[in-house]
Amino acid sequence: MTTAVEIATALPSQFPSATPRASADCPAFSVPAAEAIAVLQWLRDDQGYDFLMDVTAVDWSAEQSPRFTVVWHLYSSTRHAYVRLAANCESDTEPAMPTATGLWAGAGWHERETYDLLGIKFTGHPDLRRILMWDGYPYHPLRKDFPLAGLPTELHDAEIAAEVKEGVIAAPMAGGPFVATPGEPMSEAEPRAKDEAWNEKNEKPE
Amino acid sequence: MATDFSFPDSAAKAANLPREFEPEKMSLSMGPSHPSTHGVLRVQFELDGETVTKADPIVGYLHRGDEKIAENMTYNQFVPYTDRLDYLAPLANNAIYAHAVEQLAGLKVPDRVNAIRVITSEMARISAHLMGLGAYGIDVGAWTVFMYTFEEREKLYKLFEKLTGARFTTSYSRIGGVSRDLPPGWLEEVDAFCKQFLPILDEVLGLLSRNKIFLDRTVDIGVIAKADAISYGLSGPNLRGSGVPNDLRKDRPYWGYEQYDFDVPVGSKGDCYDRYLCRGEEMKQSVRIIQQCIAKFPGGDWFARDARRIFAPPKDKVLSSMEELINNFMIVTEGPQMPAGEVYFEGEAPKGLLGFYIVSKGGGVPYRMKIRSPSFCNLSILPKMCVGNLVSDVVSILGSLDFVMGECDR
Repeated sequence: MTTAVEIATALPSQFPSATPRASADCPAFSVPAAEAIAVLQWLRDDQGYDFLMDVTAVDWSAEQSPRFTVVWHLYSSTRHAYVRLAANCESDTEPAMPTATGLWAGAGWHERETYDLLGIKFTGHPDLRRILMWDGYPYHPLRKDFPLAGLPTELHDAEIAAEVKEGVIAAPMAGGPFVATPGEPMSEAEPRAKDEAWNEKNEKPE
Repeated sequence: MATDFSFPDSAAKAANLPREFEPEKMSLSMGPSHPSTHGVLRVQFELDGETVTKADPIVGYLHRGDEKIAENMTYNQFVPYTDRLDYLAPLANNAIYAHAVEQLAGLKVPDRVNAIRVITSEMARISAHLMGLGAYGIDVGAWTVFMYTFEEREKLYKLFEKLTGARFTTSYSRIGGVSRDLPPGWLEEVDAFCKQFLPILDEVLGLLSRNKIFLDRTVDIGVIAKADAISYGLSGPNLRGSGVPNDLRKDRPYWGYEQYDFDVPVGSKGDCYDRYLCRGEEMKQSVRIIQQCIAKFPGGDWFARDARRIFAPPKDKVLSSMEELINNFMIVTEGPQMPAGEVYFEGEAPKGLLGFYIVSKGGGVPYRMKIRSPSFCNLSILPKMCVGNLVSDVVSILGSLDFVMGECDR
């Protein structure tokens, strides 16, 4: 059985299009979206990475292209090592990625969550519904252009909405989480400077 | 005219019934507020009589957007949010989170911090398993167990309170150390707790392990095959109950787990009873680890002294030295300074593998943080497990998975 270090050479020689990726812990590779499933299958069947620990995605903000990167974490119960695989979605507006549900049944819920929170469509997924937010919710809240304070939406249940005659109002975030992005002037990092909530003084965004 | 009073042959009668009387599927919604769903889980069933033909878990009732929140605050500010993931074992979550961020910084913490983390995590494991055990007892009709386990849990909470100032939401870890050193005499109290706990645990397990009612409700119910457990990414006692001996404390030791002698209990069949047995044995192993850890408890610092831009300086220095005051101010306002990079770390939380994937662009705020929650993964197998079982067995299955919705929904 090869060790974790050797996967760093074995994977690029098997898949020449894979490039190493900066990582603070385990070996990590970027692969083209079209090859991702083939690499995952090779890792699982030939290299003993039998556990799919996690599927998620990163939104590199609306200005960046490629905007979305899907990330898989695999664990091998025989060599006790992790490997990270990342693939950029080709489209920035309609991000999509082939599903891994054919390899691991557990990928189903992870992909549903990634679709729900970041809006990445996993092609071939048997049941791609929202999982944490409710059906019919219009946004993908983990995208970088979604405000922390939230956006008002219609109540999901039409009957309730008709009864109370209004949409859901998000909780005000005044004095909420203290945000200090590096490189930002301290005056703008004041808690209230970043307040995106709306109230009597702050107009509701359209 | 003579009347026929004989019993009609119901089977023959049923065979001749017109089609409209054929059994139809019934849909039943269990939860979101249901005592056996342990939180706000809702399961939509399709039933044929009392047999489940389809189950669709609906999660997200407790979704608070923890990952979005994490992107908008400094690393230390997120520690209290980790309490609220698996709120039955906050100390374990705190420590695993802190370790993930430290790995991003490439920071090694002193042995004493690691030993504190081992002790508190194992105490959290005992506390969480006691809760799981007691609640499982209630699920299958054994009230007494709950009373015993809650008394023990109360003793643990007293110790947690003494250590952290809070019973439930401990927020004990800081990046690069812990929030305060152990209070004097605390280790002796933990040791005394361990000594009196083992006989009580045996008594509690004795109430269930050979109990005919409990055996009827759990043996051969909710069997998870080895291949399914791996395919669905189960972890913790749910995975080990199915016979997969995966335990990161053994396989990839962190916090110095390799120094301690302990066994990893593994089930043989993968049914509800095996998962129960694994949890019971894990508590005993946790006690073993705690006792070994106390026996050779290292001295030294309770925070990483060389991590000047990560761990805030001691309070007396802050009040007497300008340099330290500025440093303290920068760490509090801008957060512990991290290099750019990506890291994934998961550790053995009581429910399974709790993982943090952190993407940093430098500075004190994560760019993206994904929380891999064991309860979420463990629940994903539910549609497969429930089919073919009776509704009453579903209660037994849910209890044996021992999930926490705060962690599942994040």
